[in-house]
Amino acid sequence: MISLYNAVKGNKLVIRLFVLLLSVFSFSLKASGVATEHATQEEKFDPTKVIFEHIGDSHDWHLWGEHEHAVSIPLPIILYSNKNGLVMFLSSNFHHGHQDFGPYFIENEHIGTRDSSEVIYDFSITKNVASMFLSIIIILSIFITIAGKYKANKGAPKGIQSFFEPLICFVRDEIAKPNISHNHEKFVPFLLTIFFFIWVNNLLGLLPIGANLTGNIAFTFVMAVITLIITNINGNKYYWKHIFMPPVPVWLYPIMWPVELVGIISKPFALMVRLFANITAGHIVVISLISLIFIFKNMFMGFAAVPLALFIDILELLVAFLQAFVFTMLTALFIGTATEEHEHHEEHSH
Amino acid sequence: MGANSLITPAIGLVFWSTIAFTLLLFILVKFAWKPILGAIKEREKSIEDALNAAESAKAQLGNLKAENEKLLDETRKERERILKEAQVVANNVINEAREKANAEAQNIVESAKATINSEKQAAITQIKNTIGTLSVEIAESIVRKNLNADEAQQNLVKEYLKDVKLN
Repeated sequence: MISLYNAVKGNKLVIRLFVLLLSVFSFSLKASGVATEHATQEEKFDPTKVIFEHIGDSHDWHLWGEHEHAVSIPLPIILYSNKNGLVMFLSSNFHHGHQDFGPYFIENEHIGTRDSSEVIYDFSITKNVASMFLSIIIILSIFITIAGKYKANKGAPKGIQSFFEPLICFVRDEIAKPNISHNHEKFVPFLLTIFFFIWVNNLLGLLPIGANLTGNIAFTFVMAVITLIITNINGNKYYWKHIFMPPVPVWLYPIMWPVELVGIISKPFALMVRLFANITAGHIVVISLISLIFIFKNMFMGFAAVPLALFIDILELLVAFLQAFVFTMLTALFIGTATEEHEHHEEHSH
Repeated sequence: MGANSLITPAIGLVFWSTIAFTLLLFILVKFAWKPILGAIKEREKSIEDALNAAESAKAQLGNLKAENEKLLDETRKERERILKEAQVVANNVINEAREKANAEAQNIVESAKATINSEKQAAITQIKNTIGTLSVEIAESIVRKNLNADEAQQNLVKEYLKDVKLN
């Protein structure tokens, strides 16, 4: 190590890189040491468990440390119980799952009750919910600030305006306009909201202690359902005619109706699964690569794992934008199909 | 915890996501997207208007230029025409004046000639008359003294001639 250090002495950049690598090494060394200790005392390193802990939701915001050394922000737990009504307390009351709070206990981030006659529904502000609120604060502060600037400055965009205006115009001119032929301006605010909500949450998910909100099926489910509702309440008579009276012999209608219904559901379903799978997969790949160091219990794995994980992380930055774009784009496409006017080419369609 | 929990939507997150997105949508639409999109559209419109105005101003300027050119051309032609006319008029005036002057001069010369002639005739007539009278007077004197002395006669003639001034 020292000879290596001497060999590269004189080149500042190389030294810096080396020091950086060294620090990564010492970190992985320490970490693997901790893992080994735990392995001898308690359990073997289980990458599946680590990965699922990272991509899953949790009732406190874990910052660093393991087990009793863990440092985390407690989050409020809100339960609706058929016996006690609304129950609220902080997640720190569970002491990381070591203690019960009243009849309630937490096991693998699932809250249960010891009272067999009680049924509870978990409406807690989990890590994902907290992260979502954070994203809302970020989005609102950005865009309300920008809106104020637009009121004050009627000329060319300046500062933060000039960063977001191309994105806003991109959603309006490249997503809404080409896909929605009839009255696209009505849907631009909705598409903008979807785009920035997903994008900002994708980016927050990439932060080291961030939550995996957009890789959570519940979140993508809600987004897909909202798209489904917006698409169908805006569907015009041609859209509904095509579904209920498709241009096929009448005796085929009983077959066509379920098929069309599947068509309505499957479009947003694909949206839901695509966003969930892409974001979750990215997180799994990054954590798996880092886990290699702990699986092999070898600090030199860092040479391979860290650059690879960095590469995937940068790729995920692109994916974060791309998935927000794809979701918004397909939403626009669905709305466009539902609101399309057919007066000119009715005889050609289908 | 496992694959099953991964693909089962948790009711809490569904609930909060729905509320959060709906709220976000309404707040953003009211306080962000409407002013932002409105301002962008307004600016795009004003830019387009400005471009159109510039285009029409350019066209107007072109028209004005052409008009000016036309006017200038007309003026030039008018000037040429006026100059030509003036030249003609001037020539006429000069010719007329010259003719008049010539005629006048002719008249003057002629009348002068006539006057001179008549004066000459009058002078000749007067000379003739005077010569006659003188001759008669001389003859008279000669006749009166001639009869006395020769010498005396000569002196007398001399004397009388001295009195006579031939002019």
